[in-house]
Amino acid sequence: MDFLRPETLAEALELKASRPDAVPIAGGTDVMVELNYDHRRPAALLDLTRIAELREWTPGLRVGAGVPYVRIIDELGAELPGLAMASRTVGSPQIRNRGTVGGNLGAASPAGDTHPVLLASGAVIEVASVRGTRMIPAADFYLGVKRNALEPDELIVAVHLAPAKGPQQFSKVGTRNAMVIAVCSFAISLFPEENRVGAAVGSAAPTPRRAHQAEEFLASALDFSAPKPLLDSVKREFGELVSQAASPIDDVRGSAAYRKHALAVMARRTLGWAWQELLDGEQQCA
Amino acid sequence: MTLTPAELTSAVSGGIGTSPQRPDGNLKVRGEFAYASDLWHEDMIWGATLRSPHPYAKIVSIDLTEALKVPGVYAVLTHSDVPGRNLYGLEHKDQPVLAVDVVRYQGEPIALVGADHPETALRAMKKIAVVYDVLEPVVDMETAVDDTPLHPGGNLVRHVPIRRGSQDVEAEVVVTGRYEVGMQDQAFLGPESGLAVPATDGSVDLYIATQWLHVDRDQIAAALGLPQDQVRLTLSGVGGAFGGREDLSMQVHACLLALYTGKPVKMVYNREESFYGHVHRHPAVLYYEHGADHTGKLVYVRTRMYLDGGAYASSTPAVVANAATLGVGPYEVDNVTIDAYGVYTNNPPCGAMRGFGAVQAGFAYETQMDKLAEALGMSPVDVRVRNAMTEGSVMPTGQVVDSAAPVAQLLKLVQDKPLPAGTSSDIRELPGGVSNTTHGEGVVRGVGYAVGIKNICFSEGYDDYSTARVRVSMVQGELAAAVHTAACEVGQGLVTIMQQIVRTELGIERVTVLPMDTTIGNGGSTSASRQTYVTGGAVKAACALVRDKLAGRTDIGSEVIDETTEWRHRATESLDPVTGQGNAHVQYGFAAHRAVVDVDVDLGLVRVVSLDCAQDVGKALNPQAVVGQIQGGSAQGLGLAVMEEIQTSGGKVRNPSFTDYLIPTVLDMPPMSIDVLELADPHAPYGIRGVGEPPTISSTPAIVAAIRAATGLALTRVPVRPEHLTGT
Repeated sequence: MDFLRPETLAEALELKASRPDAVPIAGGTDVMVELNYDHRRPAALLDLTRIAELREWTPGLRVGAGVPYVRIIDELGAELPGLAMASRTVGSPQIRNRGTVGGNLGAASPAGDTHPVLLASGAVIEVASVRGTRMIPAADFYLGVKRNALEPDELIVAVHLAPAKGPQQFSKVGTRNAMVIAVCSFAISLFPEENRVGAAVGSAAPTPRRAHQAEEFLASALDFSAPKPLLDSVKREFGELVSQAASPIDDVRGSAAYRKHALAVMARRTLGWAWQELLDGEQQCA
Repeated sequence: MTLTPAELTSAVSGGIGTSPQRPDGNLKVRGEFAYASDLWHEDMIWGATLRSPHPYAKIVSIDLTEALKVPGVYAVLTHSDVPGRNLYGLEHKDQPVLAVDVVRYQGEPIALVGADHPETALRAMKKIAVVYDVLEPVVDMETAVDDTPLHPGGNLVRHVPIRRGSQDVEAEVVVTGRYEVGMQDQAFLGPESGLAVPATDGSVDLYIATQWLHVDRDQIAAALGLPQDQVRLTLSGVGGAFGGREDLSMQVHACLLALYTGKPVKMVYNREESFYGHVHRHPAVLYYEHGADHTGKLVYVRTRMYLDGGAYASSTPAVVANAATLGVGPYEVDNVTIDAYGVYTNNPPCGAMRGFGAVQAGFAYETQMDKLAEALGMSPVDVRVRNAMTEGSVMPTGQVVDSAAPVAQLLKLVQDKPLPAGTSSDIRELPGGVSNTTHGEGVVRGVGYAVGIKNICFSEGYDDYSTARVRVSMVQGELAAAVHTAACEVGQGLVTIMQQIVRTELGIERVTVLPMDTTIGNGGSTSASRQTYVTGGAVKAACALVRDKLAGRTDIGSEVIDETTEWRHRATESLDPVTGQGNAHVQYGFAAHRAVVDVDVDLGLVRVVSLDCAQDVGKALNPQAVVGQIQGGSAQGLGLAVMEEIQTSGGKVRNPSFTDYLIPTVLDMPPMSIDVLELADPHAPYGIRGVGEPPTISSTPAIVAAIRAATGLALTRVPVRPEHLTGT
């Protein structure tokens, strides 16, 4: 197995073009598990850890694919609260020190913790190759179980996410209180200025996916210009629509019926928290 | 490895009753401790194991041709290369070293590869062509006895009946139930590993992480066709055991490869292979009927229990005997009918795990006691206290409990502890933890109690002893002692305990513990909560011999006092095969728990808020180690209550990884308040009572009782899953 160690992004893209079979590796929290268990034996690994620009974030925001979860939590918690919440649920402190959003996207596991947040908050994935740069909306990025929209010569460079314009929440069910893979997960983003809602489910379909009908229902049911306490009927309907957006399976982590049930509960609760935050904010302004 | 001068010189001293610093503690916390998986030898090669993908199949043919062509491969071995007896087992020799013409569980070893690199071994292994004739597996423990026989004698490994008192008595209040216990794994963190080094005379040295060097050696020697003195074992760094290292894993395999190739051979399992490489806790189905009078006094207990031993017997016979003899719990009952069955199936082999049969029965009888309390309108503690065993009580086997049995006291101690504060607002202390599933919505609190009983040491007439050697000489002008045994330190702290005993017995501060190996006599198994009792007893006895020769001297010049002795606990009897009567056990240990849980009833998630414990340990030789055992045992019980299960389907393991086999983290396990009683057992060295297992028994039912109290659900199966709590 060749171990390729580019110093710059340009060099990495050249290498990826000449060696499309090379598997990119950053934190290694996913790739190394696959190697150690002999699930995969790539001809080459493309080590991205020497490329400084992948590990930077710039206001706006453009978050380099190699920024580890711990820095998202520590440095971007105020601007990207949903992504920070999801990052907090990733593995253990050691994993969060090394694991990256870029890796989450590269693996494209339906259970990846950050996917629902990226979908709900309208993230755009910046990918690059020697042929140029493409900006792929998160909603177009996930194609199937562990399949994403990358071409063989492309690398994930950054995630573009506007600083939160409204409350965001993330919630994940696992059968342990920390360091647990998602049985199912849910993210919600409110965009009060645009009268818009983002909602997405994780680990409850072949890919992470948006709950479009739930988003549309909520956008029409909520009055962002004059927020009032939520009706239970709105929460219930929202939960029901989120649940309907999922097409989960029975597996060793949980039953399909439980996943649908839990998504409805998480959707109701996170909506309640997000809306309360909005109400509290209104009160402070008033 | 770097140690600071302070660590190298810090006082690791103190006799019994103190808590000297253990020598491996800092190393383990820093990741610097040398485990068996760190073993290395110049010129060593690597072994790999080809395992069956099928739970039950005939082997039609095995073709090694392509595997042998792989460059770097030194040997590919099958059953025909096993020079001695190709069968081993702790109680029945029924398990092949390498499968011959049939495989009886998924993961059964078929062939071995020795190669210059683990990757080469793996590549070659995948080129071994095995043709199988796949058969329908037997997977239901309740019907296995009447199903396809998997072994020549049929599928019943052992039936233990117990009949005491009237068999047809009636009672005013009757409660019945059917209970299930899932398959728990020991989940030790250091996977199976060892290094076999061949000698020029045809003998072999094995460096190994195990629980019992001598029984390993005897089984290895038989398989290799060597005299026992040609197989030498030295204990390597053990990363946890909990019963999972009582059976052989790669011991014979590594030695076979070493003797065949003439090279040192290292084998180390990865996490997935480890799940196939050791036995698990028996899953069980238990039927219970309790009858009581209107005051809550038990009139009778009747139970029929099935324990799934899987493909090979391992320690199933002893596990079944424990489940039966301890099957009514720490209660006085005059009329008892028990039938416990251990069976063969094509599920993964099951054997020893902390609690050893008493855990399965404990979940069932404690749930029954709660049911009885409810039927009587009594509190769970009152109904238990009403029936609590005391010193002088008679077991279902007719054995009189002849030392302290403070069951009621333990229950009252945990009942009287202050209750934790109300539900937290910190999400890390709520069900779901950092996953942010609730800020208090749907959270209901519940409180539950349980108490358990466990036999300590080996039972049923087994000649259970240990051997200790203590040598005293002058070192730098003062007396120094060295202690040598073959008793395995698996992380429980035996090294420190032995040093403490020598210091107390001889008044010598400098005590060296020599490597544990087979150059000395049998130390017995590190299991059954027995090492401090039995090997501790042997070290104490050897010290007494040394002390006689020392005769009060503090300077013995160039003289060396060197004494070796065997020490055994009092004898036990076998059980009557029809009535189950007999003084089968050496000693009984008791622990009680009170669990407080917060349950998110909408999501079915649980946070154990407190898990307080009271336990009698006779005498705490090392109080800190005692508390550590109680915390660890309680955590393992918590795991069984709410998350730990090897899930199988048609005999296949569905979750052989730590991604999907979950064990508690620090955010799942609450800090514990622990009361340690020291009611000396006059029959035991220093009055001690084995400590490692009792807390594992009562922890699980206490937690499930608390979940029941919060939800009102029946919850007859562990682990409790979110689906059980949400009806999905």
